[in-house]
Amino acid sequence: MQSIQRQEIQVTVNKEAYRVPVPNRRTLLDLLRQDLSLTGTKKVCDMGHCGACTVLLDGVPVLSCLTLAVTCEGAQITTVEGLAGPDGTLSPLQQAFIDCDGFQCGFCTPGQLVSATALLNDNPAPSREEITAYMAGNLCRCGAYSGIADAIEQAAEQGKEA
Amino acid sequence: MARIVKTKIEVEGRVYEETVVVDGEEPPVWEEGREFTQVGKPANRVDGRERVTGAAKYTYDVQPAGMLYAAVLRCPHPHARLVSLDTSEAEKLPGVRAVLSKENAPDIGWYGGAGKLFDEELRFAGEEVAVVAADDLDTARDALKLITVEYETLPFVTDLEAAARPGAPQVHPQGNVLKNDGEEGELYTRGDVDKGFKSADVVVEATYRTPTALHNSFETHGAAAAWEGDELTIWESTQYLFGVRGRVATSLKVPLSKVRVISEFMGGGFGSKGQTLKTPVLTALLAKATGRPVKLMLNRHEENLLTGNRGETVQRLKIGAKKDGTLTAIDLEVLYNMGAYGMWAGAVAGPAKELYSCRNVRTKTLGVRTNLGTHAAFRAPGFVEGTFPLESAVDDLCRQLNMDPVEFRKKNHAEKDQVSDSEYTAKNLLQCYDMALEKHAEAGRALSTAPVRYRPSNLKRGTGMASQVWSGGGGPPAHAIVRLNSDGTVEVMCATQDIGTGVKTALSQVVAEELGVLLEQVRFRLGDTQKGPFAPASWGSITVPSVGPAVRSAAQDARRQLLDIASYFFETPAGKLEVKEGFVTIEGREESRRSIEEIISEIGDYMILGKGFRGPNPTEPLRTWGAQIADVEVDEETGQVRVLRVVAVHDVGRVLNPKGLSSQLYGGILQGLGYGLTEERRVDEHLGVVVNANLEDYKIPTMADAPQMLVGAVNLADTAANHIGSKGAGEPPIIPTAAAIANAVYDATGVRVYELPITPARLLEALKNRNQTES
Repeated sequence: MQSIQRQEIQVTVNKEAYRVPVPNRRTLLDLLRQDLSLTGTKKVCDMGHCGACTVLLDGVPVLSCLTLAVTCEGAQITTVEGLAGPDGTLSPLQQAFIDCDGFQCGFCTPGQLVSATALLNDNPAPSREEITAYMAGNLCRCGAYSGIADAIEQAAEQGKEA
Repeated sequence: MARIVKTKIEVEGRVYEETVVVDGEEPPVWEEGREFTQVGKPANRVDGRERVTGAAKYTYDVQPAGMLYAAVLRCPHPHARLVSLDTSEAEKLPGVRAVLSKENAPDIGWYGGAGKLFDEELRFAGEEVAVVAADDLDTARDALKLITVEYETLPFVTDLEAAARPGAPQVHPQGNVLKNDGEEGELYTRGDVDKGFKSADVVVEATYRTPTALHNSFETHGAAAAWEGDELTIWESTQYLFGVRGRVATSLKVPLSKVRVISEFMGGGFGSKGQTLKTPVLTALLAKATGRPVKLMLNRHEENLLTGNRGETVQRLKIGAKKDGTLTAIDLEVLYNMGAYGMWAGAVAGPAKELYSCRNVRTKTLGVRTNLGTHAAFRAPGFVEGTFPLESAVDDLCRQLNMDPVEFRKKNHAEKDQVSDSEYTAKNLLQCYDMALEKHAEAGRALSTAPVRYRPSNLKRGTGMASQVWSGGGGPPAHAIVRLNSDGTVEVMCATQDIGTGVKTALSQVVAEELGVLLEQVRFRLGDTQKGPFAPASWGSITVPSVGPAVRSAAQDARRQLLDIASYFFETPAGKLEVKEGFVTIEGREESRRSIEEIISEIGDYMILGKGFRGPNPTEPLRTWGAQIADVEVDEETGQVRVLRVVAVHDVGRVLNPKGLSSQLYGGILQGLGYGLTEERRVDEHLGVVVNANLEDYKIPTMADAPQMLVGAVNLADTAANHIGSKGAGEPPIIPTAAAIANAVYDATGVRVYELPITPARLLEALKNRNQTES
């Protein structure tokens, strides 16, 4: 068995800076969950198929299960734990997910929320078709899709008013 | 004074008698038409905040200090004997803390004695050979590669029909076909089927096939275990806390009182987590061996190999009717794939026996073992499989008789349960048909979802329908405790589970209603065997109708005690007091109102403890009903089916939370859509292995596949069922969807596809045959 190389990296997650030694083969998802105890981001397929582990890497949504932690040196990462305000106020999207019942078991929800956040950052007033096209990579086995799409519309609507 | 009562309970097509302890009087029935303050109002999830912030702790997220990670070495062959096993290299790898296998693990029986925790004979590709605990998951997986195993491969069978034939390779020495009282298969007969067919004017006869469907709960199966002295805590992603507790205690020979099982948040189960897999026992053994907590979560591949499935079926169905549409006979023979260790066949014949009025019915169900992962209950097990052929054949009968499908169904409406020859507690299926038709008509033409640039004439539209019967009445035992603290806050203690359905919210509404408090005042504590009394497994759509009456009964007891106490301070008989929105008031005197906090704190640090139970069931059968209408668009060139719209109306008794119900209906429809069009486990018959055990090749619906869904409920209380008038809603909506889609595809193309899922390949094949016949 080859020895596993480790490397120290510096990352900022939800505005907190961390310096951690990580094995080269560790994924960003395992770094978040195992090393930083940020278990909000979920492991569902661990193969890049389902979107549940989506996080923002320098503002861009990525699949953290397919991203090696060592490639994140100096990066700014946002996970589901970083979506609410510092005082715990839910983001309009988080509140809309609750209002529209945009989840059932909730296991895909962190990834859905992060993807939807990225969508609204890119396109603050998406059409239903644009929502569907953007969100189709975030699977939900419980079938909460209509609530999720409604929630994104509600949050976008609120964004317009603000 | 406790009484012992025998009561009949039906779960997922299996009826059994339960001996129940009834301890006190049940609350009076909430009659139909009653005005509610909480029940029936759309409520947001009471735990929504935890779910959208990442704060919800699932089993997967449990990481006690010093925790080790475990990984399992699995047999790669469909049938093999273990010749030799060497784990010494793995044990030497730095970071590895324990390796367990049949060489050093206790001899623990599994699968009702048909297998073992670690067996010498391995009967499907995926069976456990060894398990490693290491400092991190990567190290545990590295260690698996250092274990050397020599297998002797044995003859195997994975094909369902081949396995049922004489001379097939034997999965177990006692044969592949399940026996009931020494006879192969499960038989049911009423009337005289041969006579029934003689009196028929039209007969439809065909063989139908349904696929093996994989649950794919997003949180995989898994457990974490930690010992403190001789006390064991298990975190397990389970639908049945007490099932896990019992299995772990029996396997490890420890008392029940020393095993605590926790599952506060659960990432979906759909039936597959009603069973107890080997994971909690393996983690407990590893934790004991290492003196550290151990977690073992299955990966997606493992999840799709061994955690259960909806077994594939081959169904030969023949049905006949008179010219006026009266059904005269139904004859059904089912082969059902149970996998390697199945002990029961799905109740596939259920719809044939019950959905329609028919004097002459004969069904035979053969449960067959194969060298594949064992099946498990999957959202309305059996009835989903059985509804597709029956409703396809009914659709064909309607075509031949030139009868409207709703008219046909109304004509063959079953007024009572023909199996037990007794009245149902309630049946509002006729309203389901009417409401669904009305919704469908109101909605107008469904919008096409085909890309705009691609609108050729080979797009065909069609509409189809199907209906549904299912149990979902629940029953005892279920218990609950309601605590009223001195500050007026309310805690409901009940060791039930919310597997994602939202029962925690609906049950909180029941407590708030009965107690007379606001929903926000109620804190529902579930998912922990140490924090509440017994509740049943969350399967069979039984949680609401089983636990709902228990929590209401506990709330009633707490309310009675509160009013007794208040009576002293108000100097008014308790009967003249009421509780509303968290305040006690003398009837008709608003100015007298005092908060619960004020009243209880009068007597210092006092806690009111209300105790509640679920009473026995009525003798009549309890059922849920529903009808769905699907609109599809079929591309005859590519064979692609797009579902544009599904209208669904179900009769599940009184609706507790309309918002939660809609979500259940949407979810059921989407899983039914997947079953109808895309979901299918594929097996390489030569190697005996599953080739699409992942979320890329096993296709579940995405947001882009979701049709417009118009859902509703009859919403009439079933006051004979239980005193809250509600039944379960989790399973009914998945039952008719695939059948409605198949009938819509027929309407669009004139082609009957007899095998699910209706993939482009199958539809193109059927269209080719049609075109050849036409030309």
